[in-house]
Amino acid sequence: MNSALDLITRVRGVRGAMLVSAEDGLVIAEQLMEGIKGSAVAALAASLAGRLRRAMEAAGLGSSVFWHLQADQGTLLVVPAASGILVVAVAEPDVNIGLVRLELLRAGEAVV
Amino acid sequence: MTTRAVESWTLQPLTDFVREASVRLVLLMTPAGQVLAQSGFSRAVDVMSAAALGAAIVASTNELAKQLRQAPFAALNHQGHRHGIFLSTFPIERGTVVALAVYDLDVSSLGLVQLFYEQLAADLKAASPKGTVPKQVLAADFERELSESLNTLFGR
Repeated sequence: MNSALDLITRVRGVRGAMLVSAEDGLVIAEQLMEGIKGSAVAALAASLAGRLRRAMEAAGLGSSVFWHLQADQGTLLVVPAASGILVVAVAEPDVNIGLVRLELLRAGEAVV
Repeated sequence: MTTRAVESWTLQPLTDFVREASVRLVLLMTPAGQVLAQSGFSRAVDVMSAAALGAAIVASTNELAKQLRQAPFAALNHQGHRHGIFLSTFPIERGTVVALAVYDLDVSSLGLVQLFYEQLAADLKAASPKGTVPKQVLAADFERELSESLNTLFGR
């Protein structure tokens, strides 16, 4: 699991990567820079994932493959893996989104 | 959702916790089962039952920890199909507070409850009256105290 996170955190601008249980919002594995509160990111990511899932089902769009939340001082990128695990990256606002997305998708396949 | 407190200093931290963690029911009490505040309960009998059962679980898990020669368990979580129950204790200056929270798995999660529970414990520690000795509840006064608490909690 840590090798999957390694590939994500190697991308320039990524401040941390985590595997989170989508059901209960708890951290499964994490590689975070100092100052990032993993439990808070995990809980909020899982909460958002649950609400998004229901909203997308209601809209008839199927399940989400990737989502990107842009904030003032950072970015949250998430790939829901098939096994009920969320692959989460916390990054700088100007990170290469495409590259992080690619690594998140690879990690998602690796942890299934 | 109705949130009411016997001890008024618990009201704001509890209201914040209920909103942020999206929990359905919360009970703050002493380890003896004396209720300090509640949120979401609509019947006095439910508060009495939950307080008695929560206090009993805390007492039995503390005893289990003693038997295992370890510090008391920090928290207990029970996850069902639709609801989760979170039970934990934390110290304040006047003693120990027991928090019992019930959450819907569709709306909240253990991670979210744990996250905002830490904030609740910190807020209650900060808000609790300093330098006061908790009033002892004597057996003779118990029924009157209970009745007064329930009247406060249900606005009678």
